[in-house]
Amino acid sequence: MAILLTITLAMLVVSLLNDRDKTILGIKKGLGMFLNIFPTIFNVLLLVSIFLFLIPNEIIIKWLGKDSGILGIGIAAVLGSVALIPAFISYPLAAVLLKSGVSYQVTAIFITTLMMVGILTLPIEVKYFGLRVSILRNSLSFVGAIIVGLIIGLLI
Amino acid sequence: MKKQVVRKYLLAIIFILFVLISYLLNFSIGVKISNNFWLFFREMITFLPLMFILIGLFDVWIPKEKIEKHIGKESGIKGIFWVVILATLQAGPLYAAFPVAYFLWKKGCSIRNIFIYLGAFSTLKIPMLTFEIGFLGLKFSILRTLFTLPVFILIGLIMEAYLSKSKFEIKNPGGD
Repeated sequence: MAILLTITLAMLVVSLLNDRDKTILGIKKGLGMFLNIFPTIFNVLLLVSIFLFLIPNEIIIKWLGKDSGILGIGIAAVLGSVALIPAFISYPLAAVLLKSGVSYQVTAIFITTLMMVGILTLPIEVKYFGLRVSILRNSLSFVGAIIVGLIIGLLI
Repeated sequence: MKKQVVRKYLLAIIFILFVLISYLLNFSIGVKISNNFWLFFREMITFLPLMFILIGLFDVWIPKEKIEKHIGKESGIKGIFWVVILATLQAGPLYAAFPVAYFLWKKGCSIRNIFIYLGAFSTLKIPMLTFEIGFLGLKFSILRTLFTLPVFILIGLIMEAYLSKSKFEIKNPGGD
C-alpha cells in the first residue's frame, strides 16, 4: 500500500513537471474509469460480504475436513471458485485447514481455485470482457487450478 | 438519467439503511455482514483510486508503439516475460487487474499476453507470495508457482487461438 502510494505520487510529480494539462487529463481519465466501475464493485463486495457471513471459516473447515476424496476435492473447488477471500485471510485459513487434518490436495485446490476463478466477481469481469470470454476464462482456469492442486497433492 | 443513477446505487442505498438499522437495533446479522463489507471496502478504496490514477497517467504518457513492440503480437517469449514481471509487481484482488488489462489491450498488447497477465496477476503477485510462504511454507509456494506458470501460459494460448478468429475487445465500462 505504501509502495503504491509512493509510486503514484512520484509519477504524479514527474508528470506534472513535464506537462500539466496532460497530467490533469490522465487523472480525469483514471478517476472517470474508477467512478464508472465503482457501483459494480460496490455491489459485488456486498454479495461477497453476505456470502462470507453465510459461509464463515468454521463451516469451510468443517466441510473440507470431511472428505479428502473426490467429494472433498469437489467441495474445495466449488468453494474456492465462488469465494473472494483476500490473501491475508485465505492463507491463515489454509494453514488452519492443514493443521486440522485436511489433505494437501484439498487445501491446494481450494487455494488455487480461490486465486484463479472468480464467480462472485463475474459481474465486474463481464463489464470488461463480456459474458462469453469471462465464462471461458473462468472455466479454463477452473480446470487448470484443479490440475495444479492435484499435482501439488501428489508431490508434497 | 436521474432514474439510472438511482438504479445504479439502489442496492448501495438499501444496504446503508440496513446497516444503520442493524446498529440501532443491535441486529447481529446485519452488524456481522457490515463488518465483512467494511473489510473488503477498505481494501478496495485504499488502493483502487491510486491504481486508476496510475492507469490514467500511463494512458496519456505511454505511446501505443512501445507497448505493441514489447508485449504485442510479435513479442514472443520476451513479451510473456514482461507481462509476468508486470503482474508479479502488483497487488490487490483479481478485479483490479481488469482495468489494467483494458489499458494494455487498448495500447496493443496481444490477446495471449492479456490472459497470461491475468493468470500471473491472480497467482504470482509478490505480496501474495510472501503470505503464502509464511503460512504454507516455501516448498508449497515453489511447487504451486512451478505448475501454475505453464497452466496459465497454456490458457493464454488457448484464449488466443479461440478469440483471434472472432472479434475480441475489452470494453471500458461506461466509457468511450
